[in-house]
Amino acid sequence: MTGPSRIVAGIVAIVLLGGAAAAFAIVWRPAIAAVEPPRPLAFDAALVKRGRDLAAIGNCNDCHTVRGAKNFAGGLPVPTPFGTIFSSNITPDTETGIGRWSEAAFRRAMRSGVNREGQHLYPTFPYDHFTNVSDEDDRALYAFLMTRQPVRAPARENQLSFPFNQRFAIAGWKLLFLRHDTYQPDPKQSAEWNRGAYLVEGLAHCGACHTPRNALGAERNSAQFAGGDVDNWHAYALNDRSHAPVPWDADALFAYLRDGWHPDHGSARGPMAEVVSNLSSVPSSDVRAIAVYMAGISGTPTPDRKREGEAALEQAKSSSAKASSVPISLTNTAGASIYAAACASCHASGRPLPFGGVNLALSTAIASPDPRNLANIVLSGVQAIEGERSPIMPGFAASMTDAQVSALLSYLRAQFSNHPPWSDVEKSVQDARRAQTAFLLTSPPPRNAPVDPQQREKP
Amino acid sequence: MMTLKVNGREHQVDADPDTPLLYVLREDIKLNAAKFGCGLGQCGACTVIVDGKAVLSCVTPMVLLEGKQVTTLEGLGTIAEPAPIQRAFMEEQAAQCGYCIAGIMMRAQALLQRSSKPTDEQIRAELEPHLCRCGTHMRILRAVHRAIRLMDTADVSSAASGSAK
Repeated sequence: MTGPSRIVAGIVAIVLLGGAAAAFAIVWRPAIAAVEPPRPLAFDAALVKRGRDLAAIGNCNDCHTVRGAKNFAGGLPVPTPFGTIFSSNITPDTETGIGRWSEAAFRRAMRSGVNREGQHLYPTFPYDHFTNVSDEDDRALYAFLMTRQPVRAPARENQLSFPFNQRFAIAGWKLLFLRHDTYQPDPKQSAEWNRGAYLVEGLAHCGACHTPRNALGAERNSAQFAGGDVDNWHAYALNDRSHAPVPWDADALFAYLRDGWHPDHGSARGPMAEVVSNLSSVPSSDVRAIAVYMAGISGTPTPDRKREGEAALEQAKSSSAKASSVPISLTNTAGASIYAAACASCHASGRPLPFGGVNLALSTAIASPDPRNLANIVLSGVQAIEGERSPIMPGFAASMTDAQVSALLSYLRAQFSNHPPWSDVEKSVQDARRAQTAFLLTSPPPRNAPVDPQQREKP
Repeated sequence: MMTLKVNGREHQVDADPDTPLLYVLREDIKLNAAKFGCGLGQCGACTVIVDGKAVLSCVTPMVLLEGKQVTTLEGLGTIAEPAPIQRAFMEEQAAQCGYCIAGIMMRAQALLQRSSKPTDEQIRAELEPHLCRCGTHMRILRAVHRAIRLMDTADVSSAASGSAK
């Protein structure tokens, strides 16, 4: 080998070695030593209680509990564009759960998405938000989880294709998208606003559903709260692009998040139903703070938006006053007939929410650019919550074909919104029916009980 | 005028497309097994079978029934020859006031037509949309289990004569 080529070879070797070392540094994370499972009594009761409330704000049970199975034992299939990921067991079981995790291991998982053994975790676990959770709150969450009933439930194998099934790929994802800085309060804003921001951007991880994601599944920071996808539902835009017929304000948001419904907006359903069910059991000051911060995200409505909101409320009032006179559509008689017989008896009855149906002039599902949620709700209805008084709506999957549901949806869009017709209604209905069938097959009855056995009576 | 197929027979009915099936069954065809309970699809008393599926007839407009087969409780069996589901409910004395029972039998029948051995959990989940104010739930569950045993020995298809599949 000649002199210069030896130098080139040397440089190449150094670059390769350096690259390998850098890659190693990016990918490799050490295991954190297993600990003897802490005794439940080792934790302060007040800390555990705070952890309980924080876990409810974080909606942990929603992903980490399979309907009808043991709380926090994991195993829920989470559909993503890259394949299906199964949630993990976060009960303190020593073999299959987090029983041998130290608090430091738990905090590392929350902050950087790495499990005790040093494996990278998929960002379906929203650690991109949990970086904002304070040490103190992580401690309380740890205390709460470590005092739960241990459940033996081995992890289920994720169903991902190459390269997404390689955990080192997650390290690359983190390099691109995971910011490690924690939440910094804004001194110009009130303490309440800052509390709300801390919760929304952190533990409550609202953006995980309500912010659209890029091709690699990371939230697009430039479009925060512009509306996203979750479990075959559309998570509505919460910023100034909201399609809610009546603009949201802090009071309405507070009532909705606390009680699960608001007279001008209707009832929470789909994945949001679990969220409001959790929020009904946490300190109301935290829900108020979230509402105040989110009201800032939606911003002050423009005069046009305000006028449209008032018009929607007016239409709702007048159409429920004459419930029997259903507007006749000449172009879509099938849709009009279905509405008259199947929907109007509740939705135009003028009976107050939550047990009367919301007047459809106020429905965000109908005003939304995506007909998926409306298709889901028409097909599956709203099921009663076990052990509580709750609104219900029958599903129509058994009595309507896709074409008939599509006719109904098009009629509702034309009758109850000022927006142009949806273009791909029938496709949405087909997808919704398929997803609904899959959902019914994967979720064994009966439905899951709230994490907290002490259920709050809902009005 | 539209043609409505009920229990294997065709009926000419003069009804608006938005008339609920329940009204046509009770008022025009005089089949009174399906009951008007709430009229909102919330109690299950009006349940009938349409093309093999349990459907709430009070919120099912006629426009949805073009070319479909409707089965009511009257179509399952007769007083002399009750269908297995009817025999089971009688033998378990599952009815008290009985108002909800026709609807419950129809949903149970639809369930047993598509799965011959449902678990107790599946039966409970399936019957969840039905209200029974008398509280005979345990007897109703026993009756469905008895119907499963009866159907094991009886010919199910003859019970649901020519209508629901």
